Amino acid sequence: MKRACFLLLLSAITFSGCFPSGTRGHAQPEELLLATTTSTADTGLLDFLLPKFEQEYNAKVRVVAVGTGQAIQLGRSGDVDVILVHSREAEEQFVNEGFGVKRYDLMFNDFVLLGPSSDPAGVIGARSVLDALGRIASRGATAQGVVFASRGDDSGTHKREMALWEQAGLGTPRGEWYSSLGQGMGDTLIAADEMRAYVLSDRGTYLSMKDKLRNLSIVFEKDEDLFNPYGIIAVNPQKHPSVNFRLAQELIAFFTSVHVQQMINEFGVDRYGQPLFFPNSEQWWLEHGGE
Amino acid sequence: MLLGQMVSGLFEAFKLIIEGDPEIYTIIFLSLRVSGIALFIATAAGVPLGAWLGLTGFPGRRLVVALVYTGMGLPPVVVGLVVFMLLSTTGPLGSLGWLFKVPGMILAQSIIALPIVAGLTMSAVGGVNKNVKQQLVALGASPAQVRWATLSEARMGVIAAVLAGFGRIVAEVGAVMLVGGNIQYRTRVLTTAIVLETRKGNFGMALALGIILLIISFFVNAAVLRLHRKELGES
Amino acid sequence: MSAVYKLEGVKHNYDGRTVIDIGHLEILEGEIFGIIGPSGAGKSTLLRLLNFLEPPRQGVIRYRGTAYSAGNMPSLDVMREITTVLQKPALLSTTVFNNVVYPLRIRHKRPDPQKVALMLQRVGLTKLGHVRASSLSGGEAQRVALARALIFNPRVLLLDEPTANLDPANIAVIERLVREFREETKMTVIVVTHNVFQARRLCDRVMLLHEGACVEVNDARRFFESPKHALSRAFLSGEVIF
Repeated sequence: MKRACFLLLLSAITFSGCFPSGTRGHAQPEELLLATTTSTADTGLLDFLLPKFEQEYNAKVRVVAVGTGQAIQLGRSGDVDVILVHSREAEEQFVNEGFGVKRYDLMFNDFVLLGPSSDPAGVIGARSVLDALGRIASRGATAQGVVFASRGDDSGTHKREMALWEQAGLGTPRGEWYSSLGQGMGDTLIAADEMRAYVLSDRGTYLSMKDKLRNLSIVFEKDEDLFNPYGIIAVNPQKHPSVNFRLAQELIAFFTSVHVQQMINEFGVDRYGQPLFFPNSEQWWLEHGGE
Repeated sequence: MLLGQMVSGLFEAFKLIIEGDPEIYTIIFLSLRVSGIALFIATAAGVPLGAWLGLTGFPGRRLVVALVYTGMGLPPVVVGLVVFMLLSTTGPLGSLGWLFKVPGMILAQSIIALPIVAGLTMSAVGGVNKNVKQQLVALGASPAQVRWATLSEARMGVIAAVLAGFGRIVAEVGAVMLVGGNIQYRTRVLTTAIVLETRKGNFGMALALGIILLIISFFVNAAVLRLHRKELGES
Repeated sequence: MSAVYKLEGVKHNYDGRTVIDIGHLEILEGEIFGIIGPSGAGKSTLLRLLNFLEPPRQGVIRYRGTAYSAGNMPSLDVMREITTVLQKPALLSTTVFNNVVYPLRIRHKRPDPQKVALMLQRVGLTKLGHVRASSLSGGEAQRVALARALIFNPRVLLLDEPTANLDPANIAVIERLVREFREETKMTVIVVTHNVFQARRLCDRVMLLHEGACVEVNDARRFFESPKHALSRAFLSGEVIF
């Protein structure tokens, strides 16, 4: 209902825009609803990029930062116009079922394995992340003080973690040593810090919270299996006619453009000494092909 | 779509209860255990405190009463934050090792329930008809006997106060989430499970848990209303 | 007959407004003494002072020879000789039986079942002993209140408009019970009533209280047949007096 009113208002504004007299600058901005994961919102990337889009397109983007699962669900029910998440399989399913039009590669970051600096499971020096997880599981089952904290919230990070346990041949971990928290990345990091637990985190959230985590540091990183691609998908207007498909596509075009990709590449460098996200759009690779 | 989810949520709730999903029962049982023990502590401290405030006058009483009334409106998440900081490894009570464990959750919920139990007990005791107190003195009751009879007259209100405290904490999410950490099989209770399932996009499951919580709250509040009605009928 | 109460220069006020100002008054042992007067005359306040529920601001209330005043109130044992039945029976939320035996319990006396049963029979509540007090009618409740006051044989029974809200049958029962118990126990009864007919039926002596002061005290018969004071005549003729 609200949305219908809004659309009515919007068409009135668009119509008035037809009259030549430079009223466009004063027109009510168009509204776009974006569902995304906590990691993109918590790192401040969206706060950095969106104002530029809003200014350029006279739009107002409202961000709903939730878990990947809920973000996709919001897209399914047509409550948002566009979703920005990192769970490849779920994203492809979303498109295949017709809820999304097309998935665009946007960027990637990577996961890091954090743990207490005393490293009671002896993870430092592991051959691979799968080896590292294997050590945590076997020491956790036998030794005191080895604990793993899991997001446990069906988020992209959690799904990746579960896939890694599976790949390591450990199935679904259970036991006193394994704590499934069911909370966001930031909350999970705080809990893991208090519990002196091992935890899988995206690099961006970890870097942005590093100062507050007294006990945690990176114990394993830079493995192919820790690569984490983000995709962006506009909700299909044929499923939900009320969505603002045109503006959603504009946002996707904006995000995937080479100059915004360059901005993504630079975001966070001044603060953390390294980028939080790496560009990954088709346009970017066309420009920087072969790297 | 949303209506469909609500209907399927209802079905899912009954299915979960009837099928006896072990994780659901773990969650329900933990909710009742945490809130039950917290309520026991809050009652043991809050009823005497409320009775004392309702029955006696002393210098500074108004300040204590104001504090109790403020405490009745304490946001659970603020209590959770303070308890979290107390129990954190660097906090003053860090050595207890209660964070992300059941005792920490009980501590937080006791703090939330205490002012509610004390405040409502105080109102119940203070609400006993003045004529009754005067009549008791006229019948030869000593001051201590008057106090005891007043407390006894307020018993329905005191029970209602205790139940109201339970209704509040069993439905609160902010404190148990922060202090308990929503750990599967260990500190996950109904409210934090609802938050989690919603975040996962499992609206049906979330609703099912919500309905279970609602059923528990319904019985508690129905009991409160019954007692209130009984009390009104008797005065 | 000796005086059970002697009031000397008793003054009482609330928020600076004088509600009681009695220079001298004697109430005799074993009599039924009526206090009448317009509303706001201070009748209920006077009863509270006589029950020592609050201390008089000024003056002395002599009870059975001992002088009591603001700084010197009676002990619990003395208080326990006097009781009041209020206009609205303030019963405890428990059974009729428990209400009736409450004064015995607080005196640490074991209730004698036969005596309690007899009392319930006399107030016509034999069958209602185990009924909750909250379920009683107004008349039944007031009879419970009377039974509760009489169960411990008080030396002084104060009645504050005891029948104001009752039907004629209940009024008759309560008046009969008061008379009977006075005969048996020789207790003193002081009754506040706005009902001049009740005062005439029940009382040995009557006082008209007006603005906290004693206008006239006289034998009941003489008071009603030939009142001395102009205000008394006005009050008895049903005029509104201020």
